[in-house]
Amino acid sequence: MIVAVASGKGGTGKTTVATNLARVCAEAGRATQYLDCDVEEPNGHIFLKPQIERQADVTVEVPEIDATKCTACGQCGQICQYSAIVCLQDQVLTFESLCHSCGGCWRVCPSGAIERKPLRIGQIETGRAETLGFVGGRLEIGHVRTPALIGRVKKHIEPDALAIVDVPPGTSCPVVAALKGVDVVVLVTEPTPFGLNDLKLAVELVREMGLPFGVVLNRDGIGDDETQSYCAAEQIDILARLPDDRRIAQAYSSGQMIVDAMPEYEDHFRRLAAAIGCLE
Amino acid sequence: MRVAFAASEDTLEAALDHRFGRAAKFIVYDTDTGVFEAVDNVQNVNAAQGAGIQAAQTVSQTGAECLVARHCGPKAFRVLSAAGITVYNTDAPTVAAALEAFQAGRLEPATSGDVEGHWV
Repeated sequence: MIVAVASGKGGTGKTTVATNLARVCAEAGRATQYLDCDVEEPNGHIFLKPQIERQADVTVEVPEIDATKCTACGQCGQICQYSAIVCLQDQVLTFESLCHSCGGCWRVCPSGAIERKPLRIGQIETGRAETLGFVGGRLEIGHVRTPALIGRVKKHIEPDALAIVDVPPGTSCPVVAALKGVDVVVLVTEPTPFGLNDLKLAVELVREMGLPFGVVLNRDGIGDDETQSYCAAEQIDILARLPDDRRIAQAYSSGQMIVDAMPEYEDHFRRLAAAIGCLE
Repeated sequence: MRVAFAASEDTLEAALDHRFGRAAKFIVYDTDTGVFEAVDNVQNVNAAQGAGIQAAQTVSQTGAECLVARHCGPKAFRVLSAAGITVYNTDAPTVAAALEAFQAGRLEPATSGDVEGHWV
């Protein structure tokens, strides 16, 4: 079973929910993995403090021009939809950072002048935090191939495990890549006008993708009642509520798990796990 | 010699566009004849990425040897250089004012892009 923890707005508590949910499931004896797919700014490791067992580079294929074979016919530049390859009168230029590795250029090149070469876009760390499996992706600074790296992180999902996927914020391509193929989505929000605005965008996205989902209301008690009214009107389940508790913020800011700093919160995450079918 | 200007409209009185890749038009002025033509750049205005690269290719296809623009990013500069086009940056308000400065020799050739990509 794959559970995605997502949100429209950033900073609503995705990583807090994902790490604590993963921990209670692992401690309850279920084979569980936590996968940090927020590869542009991963932070799950700060809380889970896993022992890293393996580190691997992630590469994608980009074109390299063999000038001795190139006839500057221009077909590579015409097929590229991303301006990653440009043909001038007598030479071809490539822009690796814009390439999406679609393979169009090396397929259409009639003179075999385009080689594929690996481009490093980031790395993946795997390890364990006690019984919890840990997989974390980290995008190389300056690279934009976020969805490709997220796809590689998700390849580490073990078929029989419960996988908790920490999704990047927003509703753009990296979020779609992280949500693809999951069984259920937990949308974390806070009951403020900003939170609600972005929650609505996230709801539109998961509905478009046909994914079952529910909402976790974090910092319950601040803001207004609009988020609850919206969920009621849209028949969206509120799976859990985490109160606006200063001690949670204090634990977070010192890199502590909520369930370690305040064991009384374990029940919140166990109930959430039960509500989405991760635990009995 | 043909000189291209990144412009917001298709006359010499047009303002120089603040952007190169997403400029509305390129005005290509022939300094030998005093005749100019306007080349549309509308396909790049809403491009998701690579607008500067495509615009540089468009300018190269006009046969221009020089480009005068407010600004030029690093990727566009690389394409323009490879195509043998000299880039001049200026804060002249209009194409006519930029042309006058260019012809009077008051503009210095740029040696690199003067702004980051997507700087606006």
